[in-house]
Amino acid sequence: MRTTKLRLLFPSDLTAKPVTYHLVKDFDLIYNIFQAHVNPGMKGELIIEVIGKEENIEKGIDFLVESGITVDVLTKSIAWDEESCIHCGACTSVCPSGALSLDENAKLTFDNSKCVVCELCIDACPSKVIEINFANKKK
Amino acid sequence: MIRTYEEINEKIQSGDVAVFTAEEAIEMCKEQGHKKAYEQIDVVTCATFGMMCSSGAFFNFGHTDKRIRMSEITMNNVPASGGLAAVDTYLGATQGSSDRPMTYGGAHVIEDLLKGKKISLHAKSYGTDAYPRKEAVAEIGLEDMNQAYMYNPRNCYQNYSAATNTGDKTIHTYMGTLFPNSGNVNYSTSGELSPLLKDPSMRTIGIGTKIFLGGAQGYVSWQGTQSEKNVEQYDDGVNFSGGTIAVIGDLKKMSPRYIRAAVLKNYGVSIYVGIGIPIPVLDEDLFEDLVRTNDELYTNFIDYSTGGLKMPQLGKVSYAELRSGKVELNGKTVPTAPMSSLYMAREIAETLKTNIKENNFTINKPIKEIDMFGDFKPLKLKEVE
Repeated sequence: MRTTKLRLLFPSDLTAKPVTYHLVKDFDLIYNIFQAHVNPGMKGELIIEVIGKEENIEKGIDFLVESGITVDVLTKSIAWDEESCIHCGACTSVCPSGALSLDENAKLTFDNSKCVVCELCIDACPSKVIEINFANKKK
Repeated sequence: MIRTYEEINEKIQSGDVAVFTAEEAIEMCKEQGHKKAYEQIDVVTCATFGMMCSSGAFFNFGHTDKRIRMSEITMNNVPASGGLAAVDTYLGATQGSSDRPMTYGGAHVIEDLLKGKKISLHAKSYGTDAYPRKEAVAEIGLEDMNQAYMYNPRNCYQNYSAATNTGDKTIHTYMGTLFPNSGNVNYSTSGELSPLLKDPSMRTIGIGTKIFLGGAQGYVSWQGTQSEKNVEQYDDGVNFSGGTIAVIGDLKKMSPRYIRAAVLKNYGVSIYVGIGIPIPVLDEDLFEDLVRTNDELYTNFIDYSTGGLKMPQLGKVSYAELRSGKVELNGKTVPTAPMSSLYMAREIAETLKTNIKENNFTINKPIKEIDMFGDFKPLKLKEVE
């Protein structure tokens, strides 16, 4: 099972079509809607999270693109503002993958390749120097 | 061989003083032995950079035309005291704003002012004969105020218990996120660099002791609230205490690098305060305390899950174990993490060392001897039927 966040941009002639229904029925995907700006007859935008088998997510995205919808795959990553960080280390206790750790000089280091984007560090950081970055990739 | 404050200050003024951070003094002891190290070191600098909730600042805004006796005051929507004279106030660091109380508060106002930003002052009054104005609105920065000084009733804990949670739910505390079933341990200290831990009976720390406070020169002003003596005993019979100090310093001379707002989930706003204290090496007894290492310094595990007056103690742990990243607790290995910044504490101890070497910071004997430790009495509540 995988979870992927998508931004769907609908042309005005497609906003009345029940495309998300097909994601559930035809591709066995579960979806959560985070944001919706959809009015029949006007351009629309949906930000959704789809959960399902990797191959089904790929097929679902292909279906959306073939239907004329522009699909952005939103990839989340953790953004750490090193300049503003006070290097307390409070985030290291909640980080399950060891991506955030204190080095031998008691300075915080962040290894992006180990990060699983669980987001626990965001609440744990007292200085609020860790946030989520949404990069997107056009499909 | 003993040293006096006067001798050390003469050495500072002539540029001959030997100053080392507590960590450097420990290294020197390992390399050359305690006796040789003692002979070579005049001053040891100690520092800490941690969350110190009992902090805040006094401000005088200046009078208005017509005058106002401010009785309700907000600074960037954070309520400040209307209980002082006309245009004086005290802003507490943990006071939440009316519009976003858990994420913006007094600490942020102080940090914004230190960054050179203007803040919105809004004051109301009922109007009196001599102070007829009923409302005042202004955008002001630190430079516009007559006085702005930090006064923190309780800072610089000597020893603070490490926190864990034996309950079955994750809890969010001022000691950070604590996972259930003792899933982690958080602690807050700079350990062998921590000022009050290195002068455990506060022989050199008293009223008037000059300190590094938030980037400026400040002073110890009084016994800290809840300053408590002899909390625990080491195996070798040495007591360790929960001493604290009240401190004062000119906010206008402080730096946003060393005073930082903090936000804790489900707790609210707090403030990081950077404090450095130089300790004169008066005699060998004091030196032995100054060079105690993290594996000779201990604290307790405390269970934060109950919310009761006496939080359950789950045993003793050395700062070396806490610093290692994992400890043994009730038979299992548990990850540890600090809440205070050793990185910043080291920077402060270094800065203070440089200031003393360059004759920009002299040391002084406390101007009045008082017992820096006090009582820790609970509040007895009235029985409500």
